[in-house]
This record gives sequence, structure tokens and C-alpha cells, in this order.
Amino acid sequence: MNIVRNHILISIDAGTLMAGARAVEDALIKELTKYGLDKEVSVLETGSLGITGRGVVLVVYPEGIYYADVTIKDVPELVEEHLLKGRPLKRLILTEAPKRTIITKEKTGLLKEQPRIVLKNCGFINPENIDEYIAAGGYEAIAKALQTMTPEDVVNEVKESGLLGRGGAGFPTGLKWEFAIKTPGDEKFVICNADEGEPGTFKDRLILEGDPHKLLEGMLIAGYAIRATTGFVYIRGEYSLSIERIEKAISDARSYGLLGKNILESNFSFDIFVKKGAGAYVCGEETALIESLEGKRGHPRNKPPFPINAGLWGKPTLVNNVETLANVPEIIRNGAAWYKGYGTEKCSGTKVYTILGHVATPGLIETEMGTTLKDIIFEYGGGIREGKAFKGALIGGAAGAFIGPEMLDVKMDFINLREYAAALGSGAILVMNEDTDMVDMLKSVLHFFKHESCGHCAPCRLGTAKLVDIIDEIAALKGKKEDLERMVEITQAMKNASFCPLGQSVSLPVSSALKYFRDEFMARVS
Amino acid sequence: MYREEILKKYEPSLDNILYILHDLQDNNPQHYISKEDIEVCANFLNIPYSYVHGVVTFYSMFSLKPRGRYIIRLCESPPCHLMGSESLLEYLKKKLNVKIGETTKDGMFTLELTSCLGICGVAPAMMINDEMVGNLTPERIDAILEERRQTS
Repeated sequence: MNIVRNHILISIDAGTLMAGARAVEDALIKELTKYGLDKEVSVLETGSLGITGRGVVLVVYPEGIYYADVTIKDVPELVEEHLLKGRPLKRLILTEAPKRTIITKEKTGLLKEQPRIVLKNCGFINPENIDEYIAAGGYEAIAKALQTMTPEDVVNEVKESGLLGRGGAGFPTGLKWEFAIKTPGDEKFVICNADEGEPGTFKDRLILEGDPHKLLEGMLIAGYAIRATTGFVYIRGEYSLSIERIEKAISDARSYGLLGKNILESNFSFDIFVKKGAGAYVCGEETALIESLEGKRGHPRNKPPFPINAGLWGKPTLVNNVETLANVPEIIRNGAAWYKGYGTEKCSGTKVYTILGHVATPGLIETEMGTTLKDIIFEYGGGIREGKAFKGALIGGAAGAFIGPEMLDVKMDFINLREYAAALGSGAILVMNEDTDMVDMLKSVLHFFKHESCGHCAPCRLGTAKLVDIIDEIAALKGKKEDLERMVEITQAMKNASFCPLGQSVSLPVSSALKYFRDEFMARVS
Repeated sequence: MYREEILKKYEPSLDNILYILHDLQDNNPQHYISKEDIEVCANFLNIPYSYVHGVVTFYSMFSLKPRGRYIIRLCESPPCHLMGSESLLEYLKKKLNVKIGETTKDGMFTLELTSCLGICGVAPAMMINDEMVGNLTPERIDAILEERRQTS
């Protein structure tokens, strides 16, 4: 038998691919072969290791040493030093790397640093290999559900877990499922919303790229719970690697009998199909997404009826975000009580954040609900780049809130942030240093909304255009003091009268920017 | 001819329209959706020309204008904006001597803007055809454009 003494896990995701991860992988294999080490050292592909902006990232086990910014030029030295002579190559070691520990159910309670539920397998298994997912406990939850639970039991378990929808709104997932199970219908659908477009958010992409089977399993459980027969993953068109990986995962799951008819010899039959978007932020809104999936312009629909009553092709349809569904297998596998051991009283579990902007180590992390912004930025994000001071952050994407330093100690979760008139949203944390021009940042946010307004309703179409006119004037020092109040009035009107959440959400960035950075705006107007 | 080959891959069902349009555009030598593309799509799905036209104009990844060999889509969302994408846009406009949405005279590059590409860890970022590139600086852009010119 061939015994492998070292495993090199190389992250293959959209970020590392553009830094040349494939070329580095090929060079590694070639170099190892040259020394005859190819039988002793295996090179494995995995999803994101959670580190972005540091080129090609890989980790060598059993030592668990992270290397970053690896280029093909470094490969001969890396192989010679670490794998031939056993001396880690210091100059490439990622020192901040981290306490990125996973916690499996066996280790609950230990190492609070990064409890990983959603990202448990990301960066540890090969996302293109279904066997590795199964070896990591994958598809155990659907087996448990099918063999020991009724659909109602599953819904109750999810309800009991307190899981809130991770797409941004934080609606209780179990409640949504309960509505779905109670809606009569001969045909029901489960849609996974993977139209991730909120600026600064890339958690869903990394879940899709790093652990696609986890999403499929979550959808299977949802399908069983609400008695649906078909699922769709709607992915934005720009995410080519996500589409490729999920398609491969679906075809592997089909060949294993985990999708299709009579799954695991039960009476439950379910299949999943991928649908690709074509560039429209508004399609992240569930009814617009359904319109788009049906092959129309992605205009939002009137609500009610909600998709749960009349969704795709008029049938009852459950729409959940990627991260929400990726939580489900672990909840079913370990139970609601276990899940509630993480997070805060009102908001259980973990949240996946993307940290970006002026932080030392931008990346993807998963941490318990209730972690303070200070911990996220300074512990996980490594603080502000180049030793500068923290000025503010935009939390939850463009439809999120600007916050100032006084918010650093606030515990982050869906419920608590609402009390501060902020929102957790998608979990994107865009950090800004002392040199940032907040007027300019709000300008960028408002330009984004003007561009992405679908034009369907007048308050949003005209409101976003007017807001852009005003902020451009202010940025050009031609604005007046009254303009600030006008912006607030317009966004309030949009909040009341817009057809869908896109127009309704513009008030949050505007009011929060004016709340925390009013002086800066005042200094620009006459 | 190639258009029939593309259509053969799909069921004539309306929910396949975005896939079909993506495929037609990707295979069009000028990377856009021509009148002929709209016509074959409309006939195949048995829907009016105007309907397909309406779908095409809604989504930002589709273009009704012929485009260059390489489509540059620079991200203008807040995270890239914070990291300096606006000055890169000015640089690109000047370097390529085009406005947003235009193609260089040699038919090589088309300059477009896009919303967040989800690779904000390496902002500022852009897509060049299907490929994502990040940590952009004027020097990196020069190198990327030069590389594309060389390979074509």
C-alpha cells in the first residue's frame, strides 16, 4: 500500500485561479515527480481557504502550514525545502493564518475562534469529489431525515433551531418552511437563491465553489420537508466556476442515487437543475428571480401572493439563500439543541462574513452570531492596513448601513443590529480607513442603485436618478444644506412607495451615512 | 449554420431563454446578440421578436451592439470604488481611447462597467471575457492588455 506522508491542499477558487493556481499546481506535481516524491506527497484541490488577495494559497499537512503568494518560481524551492528536507519555507508562510479551526460535533465547545458549520468542509475537501464529502459526514443528514423523521419533524427541527434566513432579511427559515408545508399543492419547488450580487459579498460563491454538495443536501432536506419534487439553483451568470462545480456535483449525486427517484430506497424523489442569470442585481429579489427563471425580464412581482403560495409557474415555491440551506444538513445531523449552542439567544448559529476594503487580511470567515464588529475587523481582518485608523464600515453591502467607530462594540446579529437602525444583511463588511471620503462612498452606493434599478416602478426609477443628481452636486461642492434633507425625504418616499426591496432599501445607506458622518457632509454644502 | 447546432442542445421551453441567449452571444464572432440571433431564438421558442428583444435589453451581460474580441468589464461597485477603480476607469478610457460601451478601432477591446463581481478581496477588479483579474494598477492593466494583444 502506498503511504502518503504529506498532503498539499491547494485552494482552487475564482480568486486563486486568477493568480495562477493551476500553473502552480502543475508545477508542484512536476517538481515532486522530479524528486520521486509524487507517491509520498499528494497534491489535492480544495475550495477557498478563506484567504483572499494573497495570490495562490496552499496548506501543507500534517504540519498545517499555510503558504501564500506562491508562484511557479517558488515551487522548486518550496518542494526542496519543505517536502524534501522537511524545513518549512519561512519567507512564504502566511503568519496571520490562523486560528481557522473547524469544530465538528465531537469538538463542540473547544476553540471558540472560528466555529465552522457552513464552511466546515471548505478548504478541507476536494469540492469536485463526492466521496470526500460523504467521508466528511455528507448526506448523513438526508439519510437521517428520510429514515427517522417525517417531513413535519424536519420542519420542527429547523424551526426549533432558530435559523434565520441568511440572504439578508433574516426571516425565520423554519416558519417559511412551515408555510410551505401547509400550502396545498400537487407540485412544489425549492429554489436556491445563488444570485449573489450585493456589493462586497462573495460568501455564497465560496460555498458553491468550496462545498457544493452541502448545498445540494440542504436542498434535498428542504425538498423532503415541504414535499417538493424539483429544485433549482439560480446562479448569477458571472460565477462560471460555481456553475461548473454545482453542475458536476449534481451529476455525481445523480449517479450515486442521491438525486432522482426513490432516494436511498425511500418514497422520496427529487431532482435539482441549475439556472444561470445574465447580470441583474434585482434578480436577487425572490419574485424577480422567479420571473427570470421562467424566462422573462426580471421584474419583481406584486406581493402577496408570496412565492410560498404562488411562485414558480404559479406553484408553491420555497426560496432560500445558499448559506441558509448550507446550515440545514448540520442542524438535522446534530439537532436543533446543538445548533442553538452557537450564537445569541435571539439569533442562533454562525454567520459567514466577507471582510474587505482597508483591512490587513481580507477574506472569508465564519463566526458565531453576536461577535462584535471590533473582533471581526481587528482579530480576523488583522486590523487596518498600513497601521491607519479605522473610520467606518459599510455593513451588508450597498443595501446595508454605514457605521462609525461608536458601533465597534455592538454585537452583530440580525436582531440586535436592527435596534441600532443598521442591518446585518449579507454579511459583507467593507472597512474604511481614516483617509476615506464618505461623500464619495455614498456617491458610489447611489450610482450603484441608479444603475441597478430595474425601472419597473417610478419611485425607485426616478428616486435613484434624483439621488445621484444631488450627491454628484454635493461631491462637486455645489450642494446646499437643504439637499441633505431632500435626500432623506426622497429615500423615505422610496421606502414607502417602491415596489420591491431594492428601492425600499436605499434609505438605509443614506440615513446611516448622514447619521454617523454628518459633519463631513455639512462641510461640503453651503 | 452554427446557430442550429446551438439550438439543438436545448428544449424549446421558455425557461431556457437565458441559456440560449448566452450561448448565441458567446458564439457570435462579435460577442453580441444580432438581429439574426434574436430571430432564431424567437422562432425556436415560438415567441415574438419583441419579447426576446425585451429580455436581451434587461440583462447587463447581453449586448445589442457588436463588441471587440476582448470585453473588459471593470467593477464600479463600492468595494472596488474604495480601492480606486474610478481612476482606473479614467486610465482605461485614455489608454484605449474609447468611452464606456465603445470598442477600440482595431476591434480588439470593448470597455464596459459591471456591478460587483464577488472577488472583492482583490479589489479593484475586472473581468476580461470569462477571466477575472484583480489587484489592478495601471501597470498591471498595461501588462494584461499587452498579453491579450500578443496572443491574438
